Amino acid sequence: MQTANNPVNFCNLYIYFLAFTSGFSIMCIELLAGRILAPFFGSSVHIWGSIITVFMLSLSFGYLLGGKFSTHSASLNRYGAIFIIAGLTLLPIVTSSVWLMESIFLAVEDSRYGSLLASTALFFIPTIILGMLSPYSVRLLVKNSNESGQVAGKLYFVSTLGSAIGTIITSFYLVLWFDINTIVMSVSMVLSLLGVITIAVAKMNTSFYKAKLQRDISHA
Amino acid sequence: MPNSTNLFIKITYFVLSVCTVHNVMAEVIHSERSLYRNIIVEDKGDLRCLKFNVKSNKTRQSCLLKSQPQQLVFNYTKQLLTGLLINPEPKRILIIGLGGGTMSNTLHKLLPDSYIDNVEIDHSVIKVARQYFGFLENDRIKTYSQDGRVFVKRALLKKQEYDWIILDAFNGDYIPEHLMTKEYLEETKRLLSPNGILTANTFSSSKLYRYESATYKAVFGDFYQVSNDNNSNRIILARNNGVDGKHNSANTVKLINGLLAIGVDAKQLLNSMKSTAMHQDWPDDSPVLTDQFSPANLLNIDTD
Repeated sequence: MQTANNPVNFCNLYIYFLAFTSGFSIMCIELLAGRILAPFFGSSVHIWGSIITVFMLSLSFGYLLGGKFSTHSASLNRYGAIFIIAGLTLLPIVTSSVWLMESIFLAVEDSRYGSLLASTALFFIPTIILGMLSPYSVRLLVKNSNESGQVAGKLYFVSTLGSAIGTIITSFYLVLWFDINTIVMSVSMVLSLLGVITIAVAKMNTSFYKAKLQRDISHA
Repeated sequence: MPNSTNLFIKITYFVLSVCTVHNVMAEVIHSERSLYRNIIVEDKGDLRCLKFNVKSNKTRQSCLLKSQPQQLVFNYTKQLLTGLLINPEPKRILIIGLGGGTMSNTLHKLLPDSYIDNVEIDHSVIKVARQYFGFLENDRIKTYSQDGRVFVKRALLKKQEYDWIILDAFNGDYIPEHLMTKEYLEETKRLLSPNGILTANTFSSSKLYRYESATYKAVFGDFYQVSNDNNSNRIILARNNGVDGKHNSANTVKLINGLLAIGVDAKQLLNSMKSTAMHQDWPDDSPVLTDQFSPANLLNIDTD
């Protein structure tokens, strides 16, 4: 009984760690968004208005979608896939942000709507995907309805703590040490890598349990 | 013994009274919180100053003498006029960062036929300049409430040109990060007429100095630096066609007299200009600030 529980707890810890990373990534990108938009849309107060609006909106959709997605055969495999997709959807920020912002700048004279459009184009989709991770984590962690509130509470704690740390680390240090593109690229790579590791862990888990099951059967 | 006590009391009284008088003299006549900052207009005897921060004197943005509004109070505003020694008759002038509007007023007085565009992000600053600093606007002097970077980009699209661009945009601490990068300077350079010049007001006492210098050099090549020993500002004076470009001799009597009338000694100004081709006071390998890497205000925290 005791031995059967231990690997499960370890797996939970890993999921909490992943939720922390997604919180970290969201705020790291949101903070850089101000820098990314400034050359085309300035640093007026409405730039932050646009950015925060887009991030909040896409997070809300992400929560909804992630919750919905978790109702059909939720697995560590799919959870890992979300991480990989999140990492990939961040890439256009590095590769195409300049021409995207340039064309929006040319098309829209008012920098309020220009910045709103640009932050939608750049950050809407990756933030939706990152937002999906929170409810999906809850689904993977909750084993019975009695503990669901506590699990959700712990998860909010961990992912919001990640957001706080992502904000301070990025604004205090990362921008001092690295190019914006380097930071975004690293976040993208870390997310994708964690996704791959998660899928690998899921594969190992199933083969482990298969082996264990076979052993138990043969013992019996 | 009683004598010395008496003396002590007298000194204390004197010190106290000086302090009190001093406090009475500085009077806040207007303060407001705008979208971007706290704005304070303070009168101290004849001196009226615009401040963006209560605590320190370092953040005085603009000052004028109420009895002689034409006189330039700050050294750096005088030093910005070195631009006229290189390009004595700029027809179109762009000022980014309004402050009290004193620079615009001064230039209009010196060059009544020139067109001046002022760009200021904070609408409240424009209102305060009009109301408390006699900031003048007419068919030649226009004000745009816009981010400097966005204005420059839009002006480029409209194929506008300026003979003189003055960069003087400050927030509470320093120049906003996106207005210090190589890309921004390249944009302003493209906005200059072939003989156009650019002057920028910068601080000289921070870690940022070498980054900023390297960035200007990367865009403009060598430039002139204007600074005195007794202040912490450095004016960067860069030319579209380089320091060696042909320049109009500035010894016109009219200009010198005009400068004298506002308390500026043209000869002293000329002597305070140093070309970085002769004397470069930062290491060659200093990193350039770009849109990708511009932790400007973080660097500015650590003063050497």
